[in-house]
Amino acid sequence: MAISADPLNLVICGVGGQGNILLSGMLGSAFLKKGYYATIGETFGAAQRGGAVFSSVRVSKNREYGPLMPEGKAHLVLGLEPLETLRMVQKYGNPGAVCISNMYPVVTAGVSSNRDSYPDLEELKKAVSGLSKQAWFLDATSIALELQAPITLNIVMVGALLGTHQLPLDVEDIKVELRESLPPDRLELNFQALERGFKAVS
Amino acid sequence: MKNAGLNVAMDTLQHINLATLGDRKGAMVVVVADDPQSHASGDEEDTRWTAQMANAPLLEPSSFQDALDMTKYLFELSEEFAIFGYLRGYTRLAHSRGKVRVGEYKKASRKASFDRSKMFTPYIAPPKRAALIEKMAKIRERFEESPFNTYKGPDKPELLIICSGSGEPCSLDAIEELGLGSRVGVLKLGTLWPFPSRLVVSYIKKAGKTLVVEESDPYVETHVKEAVADARMEPAPEILGKSSGHISYVGENSPDKVIAALCQLFVIEYQARDPEYQRKLDEITNKLVISRGLIWCPGCPHRASFYAISNAIKRDGRSAVIASDIGCYTLDAFPDGTQLTNVLHCMGGGLAEACGFGQLAQFGFEQPAIGICGDSTFFHGSIPALINAVYNNSNVTYIVLDNAITAMTGFQPHAASGRTATQDVTAKVDIESLCRTLGCRVEVEDPFNTKATTARLLELLKDDSGVKVFILRRKCELLRMRQERTRPYKVWVDAEKCIGDKCGFCYRILRCPGVAFDKESGKAKIQEALCAECGLCADLCPSKAIVKEERA
Repeated sequence: MAISADPLNLVICGVGGQGNILLSGMLGSAFLKKGYYATIGETFGAAQRGGAVFSSVRVSKNREYGPLMPEGKAHLVLGLEPLETLRMVQKYGNPGAVCISNMYPVVTAGVSSNRDSYPDLEELKKAVSGLSKQAWFLDATSIALELQAPITLNIVMVGALLGTHQLPLDVEDIKVELRESLPPDRLELNFQALERGFKAVS
Repeated sequence: MKNAGLNVAMDTLQHINLATLGDRKGAMVVVVADDPQSHASGDEEDTRWTAQMANAPLLEPSSFQDALDMTKYLFELSEEFAIFGYLRGYTRLAHSRGKVRVGEYKKASRKASFDRSKMFTPYIAPPKRAALIEKMAKIRERFEESPFNTYKGPDKPELLIICSGSGEPCSLDAIEELGLGSRVGVLKLGTLWPFPSRLVVSYIKKAGKTLVVEESDPYVETHVKEAVADARMEPAPEILGKSSGHISYVGENSPDKVIAALCQLFVIEYQARDPEYQRKLDEITNKLVISRGLIWCPGCPHRASFYAISNAIKRDGRSAVIASDIGCYTLDAFPDGTQLTNVLHCMGGGLAEACGFGQLAQFGFEQPAIGICGDSTFFHGSIPALINAVYNNSNVTYIVLDNAITAMTGFQPHAASGRTATQDVTAKVDIESLCRTLGCRVEVEDPFNTKATTARLLELLKDDSGVKVFILRRKCELLRMRQERTRPYKVWVDAEKCIGDKCGFCYRILRCPGVAFDKESGKAKIQEALCAECGLCADLCPSKAIVKEERA
């Protein structure tokens, strides 16, 4: 059943270059078309250089909200990278929130150089599940790699998001957004990515 | 532009309204986005004072619709009064999106021309200033009635929040969260200079206490206090904000900051999350969450450049001083960079500061001076410094990291690209010949030839004949990949040869995200989803354990 909160606070997080901002733009635009107010907020700075990136979409029937939500008040966290999912649960999570996360890690510079340890993935999964109302996990990066298009990771994740039926949006709503933003010869691939993500959680 | 960009144009902007814009057949609006919290800047500068200094009207949007409507309004105001005005944004607004009603586009067909019978100059300033102050008095009257200043809340609130910009959405969130809608009102000011003092006083008279919510400096707070003092209100109302400690002087507005201030004022116990949940959350996340710093992309030429620069400085042994600049190479100064940078300020700062260091020999300064900038920054803000260095006999080495694009801000072309910002074909300015024309010694190298780069730089540091320019030329990997869509090599780690943590050169020294320490094997491992297969690590691996093979 879809989340009924108003405003609806969505957090989309990941690592620079994963297509986070495009994704939040697409969701925001889909909500706008359905007559909602939607505010899309982005992180900024050197997002492209592998840093932690998050964006927010705040949706309401009543009024326009600012891009920043109060801490601990997310309704849904969509994570393109597992560590970043947990980071956002840390800041915005609560017992009523749901999470959908890619489980394919992008290691940090600290982990690469053996200064830090990347959290154990099973432990991370347990943490995210334990701190949320419900959580879904999938290996979206591997699905995108199977499609020979790692760039479609974010679309696989939107597919998964739709597959959880947590938002009042359906596959056709997102297809409309894709048609508006992609050249025609990229559509089939992205529709496939959408479907693979959808099936991965349902 | 943002705050830092505005500073570069400040001299002219301080003059324009004295000179007037012209014959009222055109208009000028300057859009500036300040950066409270310094998300992408060196400071939290507050442009609002600047408008006051220049006597330029300043409006600050709180919403997307505000941003559009205010821009239109400012164009009209500008044309009517023949002065320019500011639309002052801030990062949080500039990086967010939402719905606006576009309204009607007014079409104007005008031919550019200049009325030669008049002179547009601030000289002689005092009478022009008097005329400008008169204009501002008229605009102040309009701002007292402006629809951009809005009030939401009860008629007689216990607490009046006066805010600007993101203060409005953050305050509304906080009020909603705490259920204080019947007790707290929000006066949003959109017109900040000239300041609508009477309007503000009229709301303060109806309220209990007043809290000013704003980021950066206490600009609104100062003006509110002035307005209250001028109105000689008895008893003097309580104006709270930054000076009372309820709102922080630093960082950006957030719903949580306003929640904290309201909790303090209304003595409310607020916990965003259930304490038991919070305890569990802290315990788990403190254990598992690690930081993710910024780092150069796999295949980035800057990684090779800084590696070579580091080697040359070490070998030179005289503790060379590096003044760097603003671009992707700025990441050198970040925790995961090589941290060779000693001085880092602003666009154009690197070469200018190094020029100064290069003139200190007369005071016994023996360290070589190095200035670093990118190709775009070279054009944007470094050429006067270069000329200055030549003219003043500075003994300095300038390194231009030429990656063929303005990479940091999203691949905008520049003066050497042969394309304008709107992608029209244009002339190319050649950095190399420009520097030679100025009389500099110029050398060019591909930074991926790290040995040759190191050796050449070492030689340049020892050459004390004046200004040396060292161009390290290699295309930004992201740009190259976009254009060519090819990977030059196939790269892998030969586990037999890799000695892992006994060496760690690739993941600890080069710090490329494309190769990481692998716990299972205790060796380096290529990160397939990230590696650009540029081959740099293979060229430099001390054990020759990383293999690169040319793709057919």
